[in-house]
Amino acid sequence: MTTPVLAIENLTVSFRADGQWRPVVQDLSFMVNERETLAVVGESGSGKSVTALSIMRLLPLAQSRVEGRIALDGRDLPPLSEGEMRRVRGNEIAMIFQEPMTSLNPVLTVGFQVAEALIYHRGLARAQAEADALRLFDRVRIPAAKSRFHEYPHRFSGGMRQRVMIAMALACRPRLLIADEPTTALDVTIQAQILELVKMLQEEEGMSVLFITHDMGVVAEIADRVVVMHRGRAVEQGETTRLFTQAQAPYTRALLAAVPRLGSMEGQSRPLRFPVVDTATGESDTPSPTPDTVDPADRPLLEVAGLVTRFDMRSGLLSRVTGRVHAVEDVSFALRKGETLALVGESGCGKSTTGRSILRLVPPSGGRILFEGTDIATLDRRGLVAMRRRMQMIFQDPFASLNPRKRVGAALAEPIVVHGLAGREEARARVAELLRRVGLDPAMAERFPHEFSGGQRQRLCIARALALEPRLIVADEAVSALDVSVKAQVLNLMLDLQAELGLAYLFISHDIAVVERVSHRVAVMYMGEIVEIGPRAAIFGDARHPYTRRLMAAVPVPDPRRGRIRRGLDADEIRSPIRAPDFTPPPRRYTEVSPGHVVQDWGTERERLPA
Amino acid sequence: MTGTATATLLRAFNTNKTSWAGLIVLLTVVALAALAPWIAPHDPIEQDIFARLEGPSALYPLGTDQFGRCILSRLLHGARYSLFIGIASTLAAMLVGSLIGMLAGWYGGRFDVVVMQAMDVLLAFPALILGLILVAMLGPTLPNIILAIAATSVPAFARIARAPTIAVKEREYVEACRALGYSDARILFLHILPNIFAEILVMSSLWLASAIRTEASLAFIGLGLRPPIPTWGGMIREGFENILDSYWLAMAPGVAILVVVFALNLLGDGLRDAVDPKLKGES
Amino acid sequence: MSTFIARRFAFALVTLWAVLTLVFFIVRVVPGDPAQVILGEQATADAIAAMRTRLGLDRPLGVQYIEFLWGAVRGDWGVSLVTGRPVVQEVLAVLPWTIELTLAALVIGAAAGIPLGVWAAVNRNRATDYVIRLASLLGLSFPAFVSGILLLIFFAIQLRWAPVMSTQGGSFSAWLGALALPAINLGLIMAAYITRVTRSAMLEVLGEDYVRTARAKGVPWRAVVWRHALRNALIPIITIVGLYLGVLIGNSVLTEIVFNRPGLGKLIVGALNQRDYTLLQGMMVIYTFVVIIVNLLTDLAYGAADPRVKLK
Repeated sequence: MTTPVLAIENLTVSFRADGQWRPVVQDLSFMVNERETLAVVGESGSGKSVTALSIMRLLPLAQSRVEGRIALDGRDLPPLSEGEMRRVRGNEIAMIFQEPMTSLNPVLTVGFQVAEALIYHRGLARAQAEADALRLFDRVRIPAAKSRFHEYPHRFSGGMRQRVMIAMALACRPRLLIADEPTTALDVTIQAQILELVKMLQEEEGMSVLFITHDMGVVAEIADRVVVMHRGRAVEQGETTRLFTQAQAPYTRALLAAVPRLGSMEGQSRPLRFPVVDTATGESDTPSPTPDTVDPADRPLLEVAGLVTRFDMRSGLLSRVTGRVHAVEDVSFALRKGETLALVGESGCGKSTTGRSILRLVPPSGGRILFEGTDIATLDRRGLVAMRRRMQMIFQDPFASLNPRKRVGAALAEPIVVHGLAGREEARARVAELLRRVGLDPAMAERFPHEFSGGQRQRLCIARALALEPRLIVADEAVSALDVSVKAQVLNLMLDLQAELGLAYLFISHDIAVVERVSHRVAVMYMGEIVEIGPRAAIFGDARHPYTRRLMAAVPVPDPRRGRIRRGLDADEIRSPIRAPDFTPPPRRYTEVSPGHVVQDWGTERERLPA
Repeated sequence: MTGTATATLLRAFNTNKTSWAGLIVLLTVVALAALAPWIAPHDPIEQDIFARLEGPSALYPLGTDQFGRCILSRLLHGARYSLFIGIASTLAAMLVGSLIGMLAGWYGGRFDVVVMQAMDVLLAFPALILGLILVAMLGPTLPNIILAIAATSVPAFARIARAPTIAVKEREYVEACRALGYSDARILFLHILPNIFAEILVMSSLWLASAIRTEASLAFIGLGLRPPIPTWGGMIREGFENILDSYWLAMAPGVAILVVVFALNLLGDGLRDAVDPKLKGES
Repeated sequence: MSTFIARRFAFALVTLWAVLTLVFFIVRVVPGDPAQVILGEQATADAIAAMRTRLGLDRPLGVQYIEFLWGAVRGDWGVSLVTGRPVVQEVLAVLPWTIELTLAALVIGAAAGIPLGVWAAVNRNRATDYVIRLASLLGLSFPAFVSGILLLIFFAIQLRWAPVMSTQGGSFSAWLGALALPAINLGLIMAAYITRVTRSAMLEVLGEDYVRTARAKGVPWRAVVWRHALRNALIPIITIVGLYLGVLIGNSVLTEIVFNRPGLGKLIVGALNQRDYTLLQGMMVIYTFVVIIVNLLTDLAYGAADPRVKLK
């Protein structure tokens, strides 16, 4: 039997906290074979990143303890001195990280940062190392590599920075590449490019890859074998296809059940709850269909017509307007009671700004927003405050959206008292009711936010939004920061609340698979404009606009039987909506291809879409 | 509101020995200053012409100055002036400066730019020179000295309060407050202030140290409270005039200032270390 | 010239104007007639009127203001009421002394403070770190005149290694002897400050993702600290040291008094004591110039350290 490239045996990693050693990885064993891609998958806190860092010996020495065997090509790593270990890092094992925006040194040129590994490991002179590094830039498909070589990282987009990181990792032709959530911070179309690049380079270099991720779709696309981690332990490992079809461990089955799969909603007319899986047994229920909550005869609750939001960019001596961000450009849609309209798109497409403009958290530059028939632009301060009772917002980061110094009971009671809906005593009773409604124990009102988990905090945010009995909730990436299983629970809660209270949701998300599951209608945004809008089934079953199609094709599907889709190696970047100050957006025309399904005409508009 | 800030500070104390050391020294000095009229062996301005420039003795534990005044008694009484001027000016600067900083941070835009540029100019302008000029122009009375020292530290507090206001303002819970229809004043004082209060409080202990140092410097230059009022800076000034033959005259008040300032810095520094990661950890 | 520099320059001009205006009004709005203050309580009405004419205080405020601004820009700041010499001459005569002293202090402060701060940060929470932190905190607690007096007592009075009074001119060793103690006095306090700033900036930077990246590609620890981390830490260090220059100037005043060394500090204290209003007014203008120039230099250094600031 050949020696595996990496063999981990009985790895236990502990961290010291308050004078006690707490294990975060326990008794973990796996191996990575020659030319193999092994995915380590798990939710936050599963110990997957800690495993990677302990292989590289990058954990803080004073607060961590690593036990067990880590062998690279049969050579034990833990006994190596720091100097010897340094010669392994970047040379035999290379690593790329999750946050491309912060992983490159801002004061050194990208070219030098790539060349540095060659200088230290190959003993090359700087000029020679930089010449070699330039070739690496071409290999990772950085456009105009030569001219961009001596630039600083801040001039590069996230996707391009991740390419620089990959070039840096490949510089010394490592035996093993550890990729720690390398695409999590990237947009879905960029993620597709980077995954493709990693796959291709792996074949060319013949290296092995340890790919750490939380995303089952990415696993299905990239991995030969999978290790599933949960609370520091490996609960299951095996061939990717087998794992997806015949998972043994209850946790794996629960995880797979909670993952929304693009295309799984064919034939469903309404949003569908996620199955609830018992993590102890792995048994799941069959999700009950949601009731019909939309009456097409109603007058829409929210009507947005020609909404425009632009931000001036000032620079120069006199702070003249030198550019304008066309964040939202001529956006129109309507939303009925009990309906969920999803706004999907990639970063910078204007979906969040649209939501904030509707609540007037940012001032719109033009267009009309009618809420329950009232134009919100005409409201004075008092009117605005009253209007905000009727529409509420839930934010992305459950850790940042609660005041850390306020007990949650007080935080939930405050809007009720401020708006004069009830006195303090009655408010307390209402808080208990709100907590029950979002599935929390009313006794938790006395606690501070930091005593809650991420999913619980998001429930608290929903409860706070509900305190004012709103009709519309703008949910801005409300579940994006949550782990898969928690995400499913919170989405189920949102669907239940919609059924009970007839809430309308403006569901802003970049997660296309989630959107397919929970929405009635979908609007796809690109560079500040809606390029396609329509019933969910029409958008997902019959996408017309080239951007919509591109977006759908980029979504990794958690089904290894679909085979590996080759998407080709492009290096397109997400275009910026910054324009010259005198720019006038061209008039758009729209075609209704089926009832309610409207597509922007793109025909001659070559400039707007990458080929 | 301040309940949780106090709790944070108390927690900080439990983990930091140097803060404790600073606090104990400081409380001792405060107690000595408060009890000065009762425990000082002599009247601080009483002159004993038969005992000028004497070394330590049973009657005068730290010796006497060129007018035959008891140095220990002058030190004890001087502590009252140092602490009072320091605390009063720091409190004034904290109130005014924090308010300016919070408003600038909250409203942002041109208001912020103009206000903070003005503050930066003031901050860059040598505080001691500004204090000297103000005291010289207004006259060296107690309120004027307090005013002058406060004026020099207002911009520092504006900066201290502004940065966390901006940081907290961008947190989603503050945006949630706006979405919930709360007034600006409510958000600023009930949601932002409690979250930055610990930081301001910690910084004020460091600025108290600075204020005490500035007061002593003014007095040393000759712009402190008028003699014969015993101030530490003034005592050093008088001692410095006799530096060649009786250098201990300047040493005693010099060490006194150093001890108080060092204690305050220890306290503030330890607290800042303890408060900082806490605020970050809650993000 | 880049917009960044142009903006900073424009801001400097606006600042200059604002401070000049402030100085003008401080001198005039403060309670008490300057002429009265200069001449004392017993002065006759005629004498006061004469003094007001001499000071130009009898003319309309607007005219005074324009003349003041125009004079300040041309370098005509009037004549000292005490010596009768032009204020500019008085200031220029002592300016090199102060510049020499503060530059020497800056060099000592940076040369000692940056390595110590880095050393403490790298050894965080170990004995070295505690010692350096405590020592720098103690250094920071010294009022400059207290530390100056202690140095003077020890080195000049007890050991007689340095002169008690500074002398002008003479040999290099005399010059160095006169500069050494004041510069060490200012420099050590500065070093204490820079140590602390460097330590905290380094701690922040050492926790950044890009430091982990550098380690992950096998860069030696020494190069991680000095090339990857310190280069980034310099950005906040420059900003904060720039802000500290006000304190440095204040400390230089005290140091000049203690070591009886000519300089701006001695000059301004003299002007205050002798109620030399024109000299005082001129001094405030010169301090403003110094502050603004130093701020510009800080901005330039900042721009050089941070490639994200567009300099070119």
